[in-house]
Amino acid sequence: MTETSHPPVRDDQETSGSALPAIELTGVMKEYHAHGEKVAAVRGIDLAIGQGEFFSLLGPSGCGKTTTMRMIAGFEEPTGGEVLLNGKPVTDVPANKRDVNMVFQSYALFPHMSVFENVAFGLRRKGVAKDEIRRRVAAMLDIVDLAGREKRRPGELSGGQQQRVALARALVNRPRALLLDEPLGALDLKLRQHMQVELKRIQREVGITFVYVTHDQSEALTMSDRIAVMNDGRIEQLGSPREIYERPASKFVAGFIGTSNLLAGEIGEVRDTEAFITYGGDGQIVVPLDGRTAAPGDRLELTVRPEKIEIATQPPGGNGAGSAGGGYSGSRVRAKVAEVVYLGTSTNYIVTTAAGDEVTVFLQNATNADDIAGRGDDVWLSWEPRHSYAIGAS
Amino acid sequence: MRRLRGALTPYLLMLPAGLWLLVFFAIPLVYMASVSLMTGNLIDGWKLTWHWQNYTEGLDVYGDKLLRSLWYGLIATVACIVLAYPAAYWIAFKGGRHKSTWLFLLLLPFFVSFVLRTISWKLVLTDNGPILGPLKSWGLLPDGFHVLDSGFAVISGLTYNFLPFMVLPIYVALERIDYRTIEAAYDLYAGRVEVFRRVVLPLSLPGVFAGVIMTFVPVTSDYVNAQVLGGPGNTMIGNVIQAEYFTNSNYHTASALSFTLMALLLIGIFAYARALGTKDVLEAAGR
Repeated sequence: MTETSHPPVRDDQETSGSALPAIELTGVMKEYHAHGEKVAAVRGIDLAIGQGEFFSLLGPSGCGKTTTMRMIAGFEEPTGGEVLLNGKPVTDVPANKRDVNMVFQSYALFPHMSVFENVAFGLRRKGVAKDEIRRRVAAMLDIVDLAGREKRRPGELSGGQQQRVALARALVNRPRALLLDEPLGALDLKLRQHMQVELKRIQREVGITFVYVTHDQSEALTMSDRIAVMNDGRIEQLGSPREIYERPASKFVAGFIGTSNLLAGEIGEVRDTEAFITYGGDGQIVVPLDGRTAAPGDRLELTVRPEKIEIATQPPGGNGAGSAGGGYSGSRVRAKVAEVVYLGTSTNYIVTTAAGDEVTVFLQNATNADDIAGRGDDVWLSWEPRHSYAIGAS
Repeated sequence: MRRLRGALTPYLLMLPAGLWLLVFFAIPLVYMASVSLMTGNLIDGWKLTWHWQNYTEGLDVYGDKLLRSLWYGLIATVACIVLAYPAAYWIAFKGGRHKSTWLFLLLLPFFVSFVLRTISWKLVLTDNGPILGPLKSWGLLPDGFHVLDSGFAVISGLTYNFLPFMVLPIYVALERIDYRTIEAAYDLYAGRVEVFRRVVLPLSLPGVFAGVIMTFVPVTSDYVNAQVLGGPGNTMIGNVIQAEYFTNSNYHTASALSFTLMALLLIGIFAYARALGTKDVLEAAGR
């Protein structure tokens, strides 16, 4: 239903030359035995992650994203399916023989070693020559902006610095892919936003495939080339941030990514490729059908993002209020303001529609100096047909 | 007033323990130190004469016993490490949900009195006892073979009796290791041996260090094991001190020997701390 965009293939890095995906999962499953019961953490995942791609596994806790990553790293063995790195099956290869490195959620730095020794650890195990170790560690510490702190212990560094040591410790080995398990989770908001930009910069600089596990949808949207939204051990949707945000494939995705208004109604009329829902008395919602079949009388669920909705005290399209053939051809819904939340750059209106649904509207505070409406006021919501997005099979 | 009370609180909290230590540790220590410099006997009484010869005479007569104690202490401590480390490792990493059960089983024998346990060893290891008796009658051991009255028996008893003081601190240190650091080491191409050598062992060394202090000191000054399991050739300095004090009433000699032992132990522990307790040693192990 949702088409999958092709992973961007970079040709400016040393690992390329083949068009093979950096990481491939085919039918990967993981079941645990807990208290005599079988618990499925991952229920069959097919995935191909391209060379140099910034790929995110996004989902709520317990959705299987961390287990999936640990199977790629080699810490967990799949109970079904196959893991391939650069086209080679590695399902039976232990973690210390896989050419991928991991950045752990709590960094897992070696507390008894200096920053230099932490970063040098992988190179020493690979038997890299001493001079080269010194050179590569220094270069990597430069990239993560930690030059001059080689002799410090992890315990003497701030959270953000420890995070960058963890990153350097993994990247210095020039792995095929870098796996990051909620690496920014322990940082405060400001530092997290700074590190998001940093991570993206570093990824561009080194050109290595990043697989990023997070439950933070804004983090995934900001940084990723593609996102796999996971729920209950399965991939719900795979696509670019824009696809996932604008065209959620399921109610779950719509609800998990950003703020989403979920509306439903019975189709009154189907014209060309659009369905018309009569909503809350004299309102209507126009939904593009995108190739799905629907007939009058069918129930249809749809989402509309809060920033796409206009809010006004007058009905849209002049004074033709009430009739479906009014001056406005888009969706228009009567509502009452329940709450106004001023957020500085924008204002949030939380309104209750004539049909009783709660809808959130974001309004940029660009021109309007005052609030359009106050609590308890009657308003009209309107949005263009293309901003309604039908979801799931209803 | 409130501020004053706030400032005094830490001192008030320290007061009970401080008083306890003053009355039962500091005062007796100073008193024993003065006794170690006295001369006299039971009939005439004792007088503080600053008789430093008590120390040199003690060393002259009992120096070999002192050395033997340090030697036994060293061997028993090393034996404790060798036995305790794998057990603690296994419980900490493979014990799963039953960690506390395994620890409890390990400590169970130590709910029985120290002396009783040592005496039961004597019963088990006696020349024609339940172990040596059958082995001898089957001809597997020569008739004259014996375990008791030997340094081996004393060191074995010491090792057994002080094992938990080694297991517990090592277990605590291993248990505190973040398992993800171990995974990180695997992730960074280390094999099992290297993970142990570079990460697990250095991170558990503080536990070994604590265990050594907690076993070496009491083992070296112990006298029960040598008395019960050893013979005349295995006397330790603890036995000498006990005999001089309670049997011979040579209080000054007993005190002088006690202080000599204490000084040697302190020097040994500090040297050990200097050699092993620094950050650089741990880092060198990780490199």
